[in-house]
Amino acid sequence: MSAADYEQMPEIRSLADDPGLPDRLKEIWETRPGLYGFIASVDHKEIGIKYLVTAFAFLVLGGLEALLMRIQLAQPGEHVLTPEQYDELFSMHGITMIFLYALPILSGFSNYLFPLVLGSRDMAFPRLNAFSYWVYLAAGLFMYASFLVGAVPNDGWFNYAPFSLKAYDPGPNMDFYALGMIFLGISTTGGAVNFVITVLRLRAPGMSINRIPILVWGTTTISVGILLSVPAVSLAFFLLWMDRQFGTHFYDARTGGQPLLWQHLFWLFAHPWVYIIVLPAMGLVSDALPITCRRPLVGYTLVVLGTVLTMALGFGVWVHHMFATGLPLVASSFFSGASFIITIPSAIAVFAWIATIWTGRPVFTTAFHYFAGFIVMFVIGGVSGVMTASVPADLQLTDTYFIVAHLHYVLIGINLFGVLGALYFWFPKMSGRMMDETLGRIGFWVTFIGFNIAFFPMHLTGLMGMPRRVYTYPADAGWSEVNLISTLGSFLLAIGILLVLVNIVRGLRNGEIAGPNPWDAPTLEWSIPSPPPPYNFALIPAIASRHPLWESRLQEGSGRSMLDRGFVLDHGKETLATSIIDAEPDIILKMPDDSPWPFITTLVMCALFTSLLVRSPVATALAGILTLLCILAWLWPKRRLLQIARPRHG
Amino acid sequence: MADLTAEEEDIVVRPMPVGSPGRKSSGWYGILALIVTEASLFVYLLFSYYYTWLWTDGHFLPSRRPDISLSAPDTVILILSSVAVWWGERGIRKRSRWRPPVGIGIAAVLGIVFLVIQAFEWRGKPFRPATDTYASFYFTITGFHMAHVVLGVLILIALFVWSLLGYFDEKRYAPVTIGSIYWHFVDVVWLFIFFTFYVTPYLG
Repeated sequence: MSAADYEQMPEIRSLADDPGLPDRLKEIWETRPGLYGFIASVDHKEIGIKYLVTAFAFLVLGGLEALLMRIQLAQPGEHVLTPEQYDELFSMHGITMIFLYALPILSGFSNYLFPLVLGSRDMAFPRLNAFSYWVYLAAGLFMYASFLVGAVPNDGWFNYAPFSLKAYDPGPNMDFYALGMIFLGISTTGGAVNFVITVLRLRAPGMSINRIPILVWGTTTISVGILLSVPAVSLAFFLLWMDRQFGTHFYDARTGGQPLLWQHLFWLFAHPWVYIIVLPAMGLVSDALPITCRRPLVGYTLVVLGTVLTMALGFGVWVHHMFATGLPLVASSFFSGASFIITIPSAIAVFAWIATIWTGRPVFTTAFHYFAGFIVMFVIGGVSGVMTASVPADLQLTDTYFIVAHLHYVLIGINLFGVLGALYFWFPKMSGRMMDETLGRIGFWVTFIGFNIAFFPMHLTGLMGMPRRVYTYPADAGWSEVNLISTLGSFLLAIGILLVLVNIVRGLRNGEIAGPNPWDAPTLEWSIPSPPPPYNFALIPAIASRHPLWESRLQEGSGRSMLDRGFVLDHGKETLATSIIDAEPDIILKMPDDSPWPFITTLVMCALFTSLLVRSPVATALAGILTLLCILAWLWPKRRLLQIARPRHG
Repeated sequence: MADLTAEEEDIVVRPMPVGSPGRKSSGWYGILALIVTEASLFVYLLFSYYYTWLWTDGHFLPSRRPDISLSAPDTVILILSSVAVWWGERGIRKRSRWRPPVGIGIAAVLGIVFLVIQAFEWRGKPFRPATDTYASFYFTITGFHMAHVVLGVLILIALFVWSLLGYFDEKRYAPVTIGSIYWHFVDVVWLFIFFTFYVTPYLG
């Protein structure tokens, strides 16, 4: 070992000087094929696609649960489901969509796109990235395993105490949920740490913070939100589990506990969570929509500030979920005011998108259709949100179908439609092939019309007084027609999703070859082949503007980005870290190889949580010790990563 | 923003550090993010405690004020262990071969002493977790902290072994920096918990 190990002179070359570089990098970076590679890969692109596929599978599961409920509600007095089964289905539907679909699908996009749009070769912590995915999958399966033992979570995703305490819900149903959520929180936290540090450190030289794409801003903002909010829900579930299993007195009013403590901890987390699962989707739209309008986004700085401000204010509105719990009027008024104010930063993006379309030259691709639908539904869901922010209106509307309509306009409108648009937009980058535009547009209209037929009437259903979470209703209540319409709409929506799946399969098999930049887009991911090689960038580029590939057209900034020459970094797996604000080259990072430890650690942790579920002290201790040993093996300093001092001489 | 354009002549190519040097390592940034989220956890724990205390009509605290004859010296022990880690870490930068393992080792031993005294403290309490809401909070919050101390001690033991193996020198010591900031964090958290359970009852 030589002293040069601690420092290195980076080389800047062009591919013309070194035509063998891509092959050498491929050798260094490529994941081995086969089962081991599948388990051990730390490539952010493979992990991103795993996230996307798994989250889509959970979307389909949650959708099937919804369809069963809609069949039950199609007519008054139906007996397709028992009340108990209905409780289980609406609980799992909520859990699945909110926790196992909505964030993970966005993590999938972010994982795939972050290093590509930032000009890096991987995420900051590749093994943690793999670990986050495996724990997400394991926690999802853990909660779904409740179906196998016939004890499915049945108190709703909000899971209010004291209803969820052992006295009222004696089976292991809620223990699956409580432990599953603590388990899932580990994945969410790991992912958030990774996104934040990647943005701080792994941007291409020159990508100062005013040149970062909006999708990165969205995910980074919510990742900070996750670090601050997820502990609240993990703690809420832990205290619930203690109450249920060890007779503590946190939530039971009869023994000095505070049932409202659950609601505070839960909504302290769950309201920020609403922004957590929409802001990254808004970011995807803010980056992709302008490309379909052939111009840069209007108001980049305002949109960024609006994103950050929405998240910050999102921590101050949680009590608007609790207006009906008998809190002091002063508290309700304060949180009502905050809920009105948050509409301002969250609406900035809407105006920016409309101005972008207005002043651009829109190309009516499938992606554009989804983005336009996204804006329309954002407005509807936003307006019904403002209505419920008012305390008197909320007291009337809470726990009715009006809220169901509102939250689905928000979640499907601002999450799913953004996601589907982003899927059509970035599918060519991920697969190298195009999806079919005609089938895409048919699928969009079926989805859009089906969604609105299903959920718009629910505003009315709610105003007519139908409560949420009831498994059936009497014929003379006057709710029969609206419910039937909603059920028909929900099946149309399901057909729309099916058409998207068909289009994916068709695109993968025989879609047209996309080429590196089918949309003539300006950001870095479109400067490399589709699908990208394992190392992403043969030469790490240097950036001089927000739109590196449009510079000659826009005449933006003073210099030109350097894409055909760049940092070589081929002494093993290496990438460049830059300074936080200005992105000046700082250090050369050694990146870890594929590793089985994230997967093995996840397996051991599965055993740990199962031991906790069955309350076996011996198994818990054993699995706990094994988990620690796995982490030790994972983190043991490695000479190859230059984590160990060179041996001393003399 | 810096006037950084990407014209090749503007990029200053200079020798750069490689790998995981101290506070430029990715792990240093990672542990800071982890500490942010862990600190949030303890904020929520203490929020829950004070919230419940505030909203309870009638008596919430035990009738007898807490005895600090064990917990006060225990607090001093934890602070001393932080000093020991700091002293050991400084030793690396001064190229000392023996200070790092000695400092880290002393800190680990003090951490274990803290845990033993805490165990006696727990045994001496006249209530158990299921006795009442106060007791549930007392054991849960101090238990969360003890779990963090256990993890911290295990980290210190790993660092102790690694420093004996000669893994660190004055330029490569990121694991020590990362592990010691975590240990300082665990110690600071204890001060808040000590204040909550052993000082506030005397303020009323």
